[in-house]
Amino acid sequence: MSEITPESVRHLASLARIALSEDEIASLTTELGAIVDAVATVQQVAGDDVPATSHPIPLTGGMRVDEPGAPLTTVEALAGAPDSDGTRFRVTAILGEEQ
Amino acid sequence: MSAPELIHATAAELAHRLSAGEVSAVEVTQAHLDRIAAVDGDVHAFLHVSEQALDVAAQVDADRAAGDALPELAGVPVAIKDVLCTLDMPSTSGSKILEGWVPPYDATVVARLRAARMVPLGKTNMDEFAMGSSTEFSAYGPTKNPWDLTRIPGGSGGGSAAAVAAFEAPFALGSDTGGSIRQPGAVTGTVGVKPTYGGVSRYGAIALASSLDQVGPVSRTVLDAALLHDAIGGHDPRDATSIPDAWPSMAAAAREGLTGDALKGLRVGVVTDLDGEGFQPGVRQRFHETLEKLAAAGAEIVEVSAPHFQYAIAAYYLILPAEASSNLAKFDSVRFGMRVDVAGGTVEDVMAATREAGFGPEVKRRIILGTYALSAGYYDAYYGSAQKVRTLIQRDFDACFAQADVLVSPAAPTTAFTFGEKLDDPLAMYLNDVTTIPANLAGVPGMSLPMGLAPEDGLPTGLQIMAPARHDARLYQVGAAVEQLLESDWGGPLWAKAPQLG
Repeated sequence: MSEITPESVRHLASLARIALSEDEIASLTTELGAIVDAVATVQQVAGDDVPATSHPIPLTGGMRVDEPGAPLTTVEALAGAPDSDGTRFRVTAILGEEQ
Repeated sequence: MSAPELIHATAAELAHRLSAGEVSAVEVTQAHLDRIAAVDGDVHAFLHVSEQALDVAAQVDADRAAGDALPELAGVPVAIKDVLCTLDMPSTSGSKILEGWVPPYDATVVARLRAARMVPLGKTNMDEFAMGSSTEFSAYGPTKNPWDLTRIPGGSGGGSAAAVAAFEAPFALGSDTGGSIRQPGAVTGTVGVKPTYGGVSRYGAIALASSLDQVGPVSRTVLDAALLHDAIGGHDPRDATSIPDAWPSMAAAAREGLTGDALKGLRVGVVTDLDGEGFQPGVRQRFHETLEKLAAAGAEIVEVSAPHFQYAIAAYYLILPAEASSNLAKFDSVRFGMRVDVAGGTVEDVMAATREAGFGPEVKRRIILGTYALSAGYYDAYYGSAQKVRTLIQRDFDACFAQADVLVSPAAPTTAFTFGEKLDDPLAMYLNDVTTIPANLAGVPGMSLPMGLAPEDGLPTGLQIMAPARHDARLYQVGAAVEQLLESDWGGPLWAKAPQLG
């Protein structure tokens, strides 16, 4: 059985920046436990002698010519932002009181 | 041509009539918009219908009248999966967190549709961020299967498949990370192709799992898929994983398949590991009948074994969540998308509250799973092992393709299931992609095409054909020949048996 506990789900959620509800933490603990047990079967055949594959079609030299392109304008870049001052993205405090 | 003729015509036929001046782009577009208005209330294939479509069509007509030389598909309407960025339409990827977001750029494949003078009709529904096999995880409600409105259209690209199956568009763009083009194709009686990884640009496709995602065509015929593939495919300097090779014409390959002897002497490998337990009897029956027909047409059927395919789903549900948890970190409430205010909260509090409110259950499940798989202490055991399985699956493909020119399997293990049937059981939902996931892990191209109706429920089944990496043209050549062979037995296309809508 996997080691997924409500505590570990709470920790993972904070790493992933998702403010899960207690109900979600409870259901995810059960679901993730079952999923992790199922996917752990990969360990049965992943021997030390097998190299890892990160990309299906290996490519090298995927660099393009270093030429100036047309970047987004400030207006375009800010167009989809929830809040801005017209020149920059605007957010709430970066640091909390405890920092 | 009458409106019913226009919506039932293939893209190839529409292109021919448009260039011959027998019909205008405005007439073709209007017929499809009318069809959308008539049936999409029931089907819900579209999240957004373009307000510019008729203007775009009118410009094509004006340029044609002025004697301009236009591309082959000029004036043919096309639907676009909502995972693709479009300058003039919202692009939500089926998520609440991107509701109403209009990107500041076009995906390369969308820019190429416009350059080919096609007419974008709208954006199609999908499981949120392409995570799902039924469209039930769309934040905007599910799409219905045009064959039976109580059943799922497959996913994640159920919207594109249903739009094409319901004659709301002749063809559409999809994206396939583990089967999101091919499995919807199978359960809606349509054609879908996942190209070789890197064969079609991913620039502007909202990323799910970057080493698996591939954009491709959705259509009612193999030739139409090939025409669309030719329009969107080829190298894109904006995508570092885009293959720089020159590609042959997929349409030429499909046309060759329709006229030549593509099946004679063709070595067709049956992957025995994708034909057994868990497959619906009617799907297996149609699959084995198809093999008999192929043999009768001169193909050589060989059994091949891919012993590591049984680990494909496990590897996929480690690699995909790992990559997705990283890709979806950009939805941070700062640069685009929704923001949930938290009184007195820091930017991190706002971020966490936004992601809690903006993401649906499957997205949260996979982000948390991916975060776990990448955690210190677990990385080697899970993500590292999954990457090794990926190597083993590639080796299985190499061994299979040493014995066969193409590989075949059912494209989905069952016909369309009913809404809610697998919604609360993630592992049961994940099994829907058992036949399609290996191709994504290895990067090889795969096609799904109609294989007849299952006797027990009268619903479509799909045949999957796979070819070696970079040999997409072989898929189209063989696929067109198989389509012709099956349709000659049926006395016409499978869609002619679909129930009337509206």
